[in-house]
Amino acid sequence: MGSHGIRDQVAIVGMGCTAFGEHWDKSTDDLLVESATAAAASAGVSLGDIDAFWLGTMGSGVSGLTLSRPLRLVGKPVTRLENMCATGSESLRNACYAVASGAYDCAMAIGVEKLKDSGFSGLVGSALPGAGDDGKGDTTAPANFSLLAPAYAAKYGVDPAELKEVLTRVAWKNHQNGAKNPRAQFRKEVSKETISRSPLVAGMLGIFDCSGVSDGSAAAIVVRAEDAHRYTSRPLYVKALSLVAGAASGLSDPGYDFTTFPEVAASAQDAYRQAGITDPRAELALAEVHDCFTPTELVLMEDLGFAERGQGWKDVLSGRFDLDGDLPVNPDGGLKAFGHPIGASGLRMMFEAWLQLRGEAPAERAVRTVAEGRSLALTHNLGGGPGECVSFVSVVGTERGPRGGSGGSSPQDGRAGGSSPRASTERGA
Amino acid sequence: MGGLVGYGAYIPYYQLERTRIAGVLGSGGGSGTRSVAAFDEDTTSMAVAAGRVALAPMTGLTGPGGQPGRACVRQLFFATTVPAYADKTNATAVHAALRLPADALAVDMAGAVRSGVGALVTAAQSAVPAMAVLADIRTGLPGSADERDGGDGAAAFVFSGADGGAGLRGGVWGGRPPGPALPVLAEVIGQGCATAEFLDRWRTPGAAASRVWEERFGEQVYGPLAEAAMADALKQAGLTPGQVDHLIVAGLPARAVSRTVRAAGVPAEAVAGTYAPPLSDRIGNAGTAQPGIVLADVLDRAGPGETILLVVLADGAFALALRTTEALARHRQAQPVTAQIAAGSTALDYATFLSWRGFLDREPPRRPDPDPVAAPPSLRRTGWKFGLVAAKCTRCGTRSLPPDRVCQQCHAVDEMTPEPLADVPATVTTYTVDRLAYTPSPPMLMVVLDFDGGGRMRCQLTDASEDEVRAGLRVEMTFRRLVTAAGVHNYFWKARPVRSGPGKDE
Repeated sequence: MGSHGIRDQVAIVGMGCTAFGEHWDKSTDDLLVESATAAAASAGVSLGDIDAFWLGTMGSGVSGLTLSRPLRLVGKPVTRLENMCATGSESLRNACYAVASGAYDCAMAIGVEKLKDSGFSGLVGSALPGAGDDGKGDTTAPANFSLLAPAYAAKYGVDPAELKEVLTRVAWKNHQNGAKNPRAQFRKEVSKETISRSPLVAGMLGIFDCSGVSDGSAAAIVVRAEDAHRYTSRPLYVKALSLVAGAASGLSDPGYDFTTFPEVAASAQDAYRQAGITDPRAELALAEVHDCFTPTELVLMEDLGFAERGQGWKDVLSGRFDLDGDLPVNPDGGLKAFGHPIGASGLRMMFEAWLQLRGEAPAERAVRTVAEGRSLALTHNLGGGPGECVSFVSVVGTERGPRGGSGGSSPQDGRAGGSSPRASTERGA
Repeated sequence: MGGLVGYGAYIPYYQLERTRIAGVLGSGGGSGTRSVAAFDEDTTSMAVAAGRVALAPMTGLTGPGGQPGRACVRQLFFATTVPAYADKTNATAVHAALRLPADALAVDMAGAVRSGVGALVTAAQSAVPAMAVLADIRTGLPGSADERDGGDGAAAFVFSGADGGAGLRGGVWGGRPPGPALPVLAEVIGQGCATAEFLDRWRTPGAAASRVWEERFGEQVYGPLAEAAMADALKQAGLTPGQVDHLIVAGLPARAVSRTVRAAGVPAEAVAGTYAPPLSDRIGNAGTAQPGIVLADVLDRAGPGETILLVVLADGAFALALRTTEALARHRQAQPVTAQIAAGSTALDYATFLSWRGFLDREPPRRPDPDPVAAPPSLRRTGWKFGLVAAKCTRCGTRSLPPDRVCQQCHAVDEMTPEPLADVPATVTTYTVDRLAYTPSPPMLMVVLDFDGGGRMRCQLTDASEDEVRAGLRVEMTFRRLVTAAGVHNYFWKARPVRSGPGKDE
């Protein structure tokens, strides 16, 4: 990919995150006010000190007015954006670029979603006028993601019953973690038996294989890296931001086998290159990944390079990704237990990185990898489904690298060999 | 007169065992089964299914200007008592799905059972190549005789055109020697007609069921009308009743049909072959489509040079005499009517049947109502949506489903050529069962399929149960009504298991 990255050029210096859940008593406005003021307070600034805003929401409002009106912002640029379930991360990515460009000193990325006002289970699609001839509106998200499970089992020779155990363990782990999180939608542990016996929704996925449908909001304050210590003693430096919108050909290309998200693998490789990461399993302290459905998390472990191809299921069963494992994944409970208010989820993931890397996570869910000296966290946010998706990967860290702070003079990290930034091999289409 | 060059019948997959009616209602029903259009079928979709079979002989042939053989069809007449739309023509959807030429006429003959034979005769008499498509869904109130005795299905017939034009001339389709030969399968050799206004069977538009006068009244009125029509047809054909090899008497008034069979005076074996099971016991009477389905069944097995007398009783009588040719044996429809019946499923329960026909409202999934399709996008994608015409990259040969402008393989822009896929078999590569999705008959079976020769598509699987769907399943494409939202029917294609030959009922 032809990205230069903005490694160590910007930093997150404040964050806020509401509890996620069924907020019958809170409006979209309430949630925005709550996370925006919390983030500002966290950075020690007032809303008026923030120069520009990027609001991510999939369907809880249109235009910048969705944010500027409830916050009564005066004379501020506010952009509303959407990139399916990666919307929250997309708002962060744009805010970071705006600060890195020098256009603004201080920007806010904020995401919100109010799903529980629709009265329906699951997501409600947007009604673009269409010809009804592409199968898109027919099936639900759990059905689309359920395709991963039998394909994975068949390709790697995993018995379907054993795979069901793997998926159950993913849900069980995330509920274990969510039980320790006061902001999570589901705050109690769930037995493996309850999970595996839950009513089927699609394919081999039961209700407990699906993430929570919830309301919530999260926000981050972004400033130039060299200014970060004016706001906090422990900023999170942005090491990598990568986004890939796929060609959506998986559902029309017989070569696609439903055991991987090529978009995720590509965005991960790009992010690792930007961040200078060579061994993510050993270098990352934790990862927050898009566990919208249990087989998604399994496949992500391989696409993100946390497990060898075809081996991820064994690593799940061995507890490698548990809270006390070698590489804790979704220590906050993930989409599964924390809930999934679309536009907020990417920033919620970042909020957990913020807490964990800064040593602010409650003791009962603090990952030991940080204490052991690792300082990097990864967030992964995905929209769409197998065969056609957008994928976002970020890497953040508490240490500012030696090459950082040069104000964009180093578009590529050292390992890229000093070749021309444009010399990257393939351009794609 | 011209000749028949193609025919096809369509019998829906589902059959309702009549004993299930009494099992629920406590009385009524009877023995045997009736055919049932699935929740995603209507008369338009079944007409497409039959029409595709009837046009099969034209596949691979070339008409004037190098067009596909089916482009020679100049007229399409669609008859049904249950049109999917009023005001709007339904034959246009059939026309689009069959990929007939834009300058061909396509019209409905909707409303009455008699329209079926009307369409048949109009197409047979046409000066240009023409096809008649007959489809019906027979309903009656729960427990009624109409519910028990009715059937659903469709039939289609393609005629060469009487003379000249772009039609058949000297055995050459398209009148363009040296074009490919398209032989006549049966010649129309005589006809007779009787029309009468009397109150036999009627239904006000929108009513759930028909009403009928006392049957003995109809029997008396139909008798002489049928006899007159038969006599005229036989006279024109130069036949005596004893020379009729196959007698077909179709019509909803059962007593009048029986009387006409007795009065025809044809040899006993001419009757026995036509009314033997499984037709009567398994699919019931498909009203408008009934004469077509029984005619197709006779054509499935008739020998060369045999005579067929088709009599239809509906608001009068119509008789049509045909003589088969030697070519028939080589060009029968691929799946005989009896094989289609044998491949059906009797697993349908009565409650599901009632809900499909709108007599039982069941709780829908807790999902938003589906969005209606919009007119302009549907128009822009008529070829794909109705005809399942994908695109193929002329540079690298990759198929693009749906037809896109940029090749997903080699990224060439605007180098696509149309690629019809409706008749290309496919294999299920993966699938899921969606219990949350909105469908009139949950759960939704969703498959990802790969076409023989390339191309992938995600769509619904129909005419199949949850236990049947598996990776590796061989499927064929079928034109269906996906859903109706805001009064708009969304027609598109689904896959269904290939069920060749008898004995496939699981």
